[in-house]
Amino acid sequence: MKQTKEHIIKTANLSIGYTSKKQVSVIASNLTINLEAGNLVCLLGENGIGKSTLLRTLTKVQPALNGNIFIDNKNLDNLTNIELSKIMSLVLTERLPDSSLTVFELVALGRQPFTNWIGYLTNKDMEIIQMAFKKTNTSHLMNSKCYELSDGQLQKVLIARALTQDTPIIVLDEPTAHLDLHHTVNTFSLLKNLATEFNKTIIVSTHEANLALQLADELWLMSSSKFVSGKTEILIENNELEQLFNSDLICFNKVLKQFSISTSN
Amino acid sequence: MINPTKSYRKTFIILLITLVFVFIVNLSLGSVYIPLKQVFLALTNGELEKDSWGSIILSVRLPKAITAIIVGSGLSISGLLMQTLFRNPLAGPFVLGISSGASLGVAILILGASFLGANITSYTFTNFGLAIAASLGAFLVLSAVMIAAQKVKNTMSILIIGLMFGSLTSAVISILAYFGSATQLQQYMFWSFGSLGNLSWKEITVLCITFLVGISCVVFIIKPLNTLLLGENYAKSLGVNVKKTRNLVLIATSLLTGVITAFSGPIAFIGLAVPHLTKLLFSTSNHKTLIPAVAISGSIIMLICDSIAQLPSSEYTLPINAITSLFGAPIIIWLLVRKRKVYY
Repeated sequence: MKQTKEHIIKTANLSIGYTSKKQVSVIASNLTINLEAGNLVCLLGENGIGKSTLLRTLTKVQPALNGNIFIDNKNLDNLTNIELSKIMSLVLTERLPDSSLTVFELVALGRQPFTNWIGYLTNKDMEIIQMAFKKTNTSHLMNSKCYELSDGQLQKVLIARALTQDTPIIVLDEPTAHLDLHHTVNTFSLLKNLATEFNKTIIVSTHEANLALQLADELWLMSSSKFVSGKTEILIENNELEQLFNSDLICFNKVLKQFSISTSN
Repeated sequence: MINPTKSYRKTFIILLITLVFVFIVNLSLGSVYIPLKQVFLALTNGELEKDSWGSIILSVRLPKAITAIIVGSGLSISGLLMQTLFRNPLAGPFVLGISSGASLGVAILILGASFLGANITSYTFTNFGLAIAASLGAFLVLSAVMIAAQKVKNTMSILIIGLMFGSLTSAVISILAYFGSATQLQQYMFWSFGSLGNLSWKEITVLCITFLVGISCVVFIIKPLNTLLLGENYAKSLGVNVKKTRNLVLIATSLLTGVITAFSGPIAFIGLAVPHLTKLLFSTSNHKTLIPAVAISGSIIMLICDSIAQLPSSEYTLPINAITSLFGAPIIIWLLVRKRKVYY
């Protein structure tokens, strides 16, 4: 299995942040990522710590301040939008603009990078779309309008759309932010399944730290002092999780591998 | 798996039949009523009861009806493009100041002539001169709005900016009007009332060619426009060149609106109201369906408005702009009062 050992995402000396006319504000620097294909990665960190900035940088929505990102051994800077769209698909936190798109049309839009100038769907495209509906268990929603869906349904459909794009990497920014426990667990197990069964590399930013600890192959931990990435067990072993939240109220239970409310005082 | 996207074939056939019917009726109505059968005969070079009917239809009413179709479909498509691009249901050539831009161009040409040294030949005042001035004006104002739109992300602000550009241009026009002579003023006023008539076949050819150029731009942005329904970030992640799409929309709308406004005056509300009516009829956001649908509905509505403006069997012709506003404004109010979700 030499192929899975390849690093699908690699960074060297990466600094992320924003540049405005007056100044450069660095959010995090010296980020090192070496991610193997077929892993489910959860990006954890406090609100406002820069999770979204990191994801936006990795997905070329905003430029890196410094350093290089290699996706599939290609420098991200040299990839065009259309090339990148065949390697990486996104599920964003932003609300979809109002429209009367049907679920089928939304999911089919995932084929855009591959279709001809007018967007004609070939038989192969239709097969991939159908597979995506099947994997996400959303075939029954196909003819609904997107605005009729509940948050949980919409999230699954958005994942189906990312799947139709048929990319080795899927990046999701807080996909479970508005979901109840049932739908959250559902979404995560779907993502886990996609990673293990279909060898997709899945990067999720989330606040569901306890779920992430149970399901993720790899964790990226962002705190104000540092960024660490690595296999979940190794990070637990190295006591990295204790430093994730800068709070006396939360403690990490190494035996249960869970965060809990501190009861010591 | 069968593609479950509705093709709306039935609705399209009904619309096309309506279009043909309205077109024929439009030709038969006017200061002189010409029976439908005679209209058919005139169009097919048949023997007519009265010779004058033939020339009325071929040299007056037919060019006017063709103009109505181009104006109606062109403005409606521009409105649809603006609504998708700005992700705002109230966007349209009029609201975003494009029509005002065209008016400014024409006003500068007609009213400002005295400032620029009156030695401009009468040729510049022909429809062609007006067309170029109006297109330039439309393009300038739309570019200004687009530049401003890139600075502010809030769509409400973009609309307000568009309205402000509209006010600015009207202010400049008022100043020009104040210094203009009575004849110039009258010439400008007549242009601003809007009119579909008085176009020669040569001018209609120019209108048609520009229309076709504009439409061929539109055909190539159908796919990226559909992707833009997901928002700019998703569109980018799907490989869409957002800037290029934006520029193509800019070029297509300023061509279509600019030239149409130049030849027929600033026609209100069609660009705003027709896309909404069409979306009620088709309940889809897919531009592959919407663009032809909007073009056909726009033509139908423009032909109807023109038939009404002719005041059948009378000598008078009302300003077409008044009729489209009388028709368009209530529709927008009705849409809002019924609290139907207005999609774009």
